[in-house]
Amino acid sequence: MIYLGIDTSNYPLAIALMEDQTVLIEETTNLKINHSLTAMPAIEEMMKKAKVAPADLTHIAVAEGPGSYTGIRIGLTIAKTLAWSLKIPLHMVSSLKVLAANGQSFDGLVCPVMDARRGTAFTALYDGKTLEPVVGDQHSDFREFLNKAKTIGKPVLFTGADLVIHEGLIREVLGGMAHFSAPQNRLPRASNLIVLAQQSDAQDVHHAVPEYQRITEAEANYNKQQEGQPS
Amino acid sequence: MTEDIYVLGIETSCDETAASVVKNGKEIISNVVASQIESHKRFGGVVPEIASRHHVEQITLVIEEALTQAGMAPNELDAVAVTEGPGLVGALLVGVNAAKAFAFAHQLPLVGVHHIAGHIYANRLEQEMEFPLLALVISGGHTELVLMKEHGDFDVIGETRDDAAGEAYDKVARTLNLPYPGGPHIDRLAHESDGAIEFPRVWLEEGSYDFSFSGLKSSVLNYLHNAAQRGEEIPPEHIAAGFQNSVVEVVTAKAVRAAAQYKVRQVIAAGGVAANKGLRTSLTAAFDEKGIPFYIPPLALCTDNAAMIAAAGTVMFEKGIRGTMAMNGRPGMELASWT
Repeated sequence: MIYLGIDTSNYPLAIALMEDQTVLIEETTNLKINHSLTAMPAIEEMMKKAKVAPADLTHIAVAEGPGSYTGIRIGLTIAKTLAWSLKIPLHMVSSLKVLAANGQSFDGLVCPVMDARRGTAFTALYDGKTLEPVVGDQHSDFREFLNKAKTIGKPVLFTGADLVIHEGLIREVLGGMAHFSAPQNRLPRASNLIVLAQQSDAQDVHHAVPEYQRITEAEANYNKQQEGQPS
Repeated sequence: MTEDIYVLGIETSCDETAASVVKNGKEIISNVVASQIESHKRFGGVVPEIASRHHVEQITLVIEEALTQAGMAPNELDAVAVTEGPGLVGALLVGVNAAKAFAFAHQLPLVGVHHIAGHIYANRLEQEMEFPLLALVISGGHTELVLMKEHGDFDVIGETRDDAAGEAYDKVARTLNLPYPGGPHIDRLAHESDGAIEFPRVWLEEGSYDFSFSGLKSSVLNYLHNAAQRGEEIPPEHIAAGFQNSVVEVVTAKAVRAAAQYKVRQVIAAGGVAANKGLRTSLTAAFDEKGIPFYIPPLALCTDNAAMIAAAGTVMFEKGIRGTMAMNGRPGMELASWT
């Protein structure tokens, strides 16, 4: 079984090839370069290095979001087109869960954080031992989210490249309950993505879409307008 | 006898997700278009983020349908052609990345096509092109006169300096409270009208083949505003007819003058606005009178589709042009000759 994993949810580009339980090759870049330019050449190059042809792939794993709308769309478009073209299963894993896997074995909760501007974040709480969601993926006001996390009363390990933005707020709300992952454990790793994918069911390829965790601004405004109108 | 060439075309530059298989750049084997227009109607125009989301939902379904209708397997294809630009960046990215992944999976050559080159080559699906050729490209985003001396040679001799014709149609339609997309409604009203308000014709400097529609749009808006202040009711069909007369007269006159100056053997119209009845009638009559062959593709090939991308992509493929896995969506892509 050869798995190709792709995570383009945010600035980092994370790709990997695994043969069953063995990581063949793994790559994470954290450069502010458009994934549309870099993702396919990186995949092509990596597969060439590992001497894996497209037809050798048996599974595709992709981070489904949340994250940058454009980022997750690029990853998902590539992943579903490859899976459909090669007639192989597609596995989708929460981009937050992929990040949370960086904190696996932590005795407490793991909180992956992606900044979503205006004081909001894409975030969740996962059990450090089992990586099961304790509080599901969401787009929330981050201060409110932290206040709720505090009420659970367990130590929380934070991870994600955007921690630098929110570190002050986290310390303010959670004090000594807050732990921070080391800088090298803040980027998504596609090998983690593949391992999680191996534990998940395959998706219907044609109907696979990103988990945006947020409706578009146009739809939000439209819904607001409709509510204001007498029915 | 040479081998037949089969190209898969993919188009996602705006609000249609489309895929098609074309044989030898001339013959449509399949042509599938999933339109999003119903979804965008409630917003009064295309919302880019929503367009991108729909493309991801549709893309593999549409490509599969194109192959199924063609009765072809991927390994029977010679190349994949995709719209590289111009268009909405998020929308383009879905088509470009799907095309790259499909080409990579099946180890097929990839070709990136300019959307307007596609519109021009839609004509080749109906009859062979004769050079020199003048193409009048007129759509929601474009108003251009393109001179071609041979395949893949594009010389833009005139273009709009502000709004595209289709944009002006949509804005005037919105002022008249017509539903989106407004162009067809204006065309219909103009057709039914028993009168027309006289609006200015914008010719620009003498000899120029460029267009300008924003002044015309403003004079329509001013006229309505002044009438409203006087408490006057203007029949909307008179506005529609007056506006359309002005657009049609200028576009027809410039196209006829360019065709004569460059002694072209064929004139073709391309793009969504080429479906406009008023414009079709005027252009057909004008070129009939001059004895210059004039063609407009059927409606389904005037609006965005992937057969036109495959048709243009086939000629690029034959010229040895290849894209790489680093191909990106190019929202502001310029129409350049294929060399």
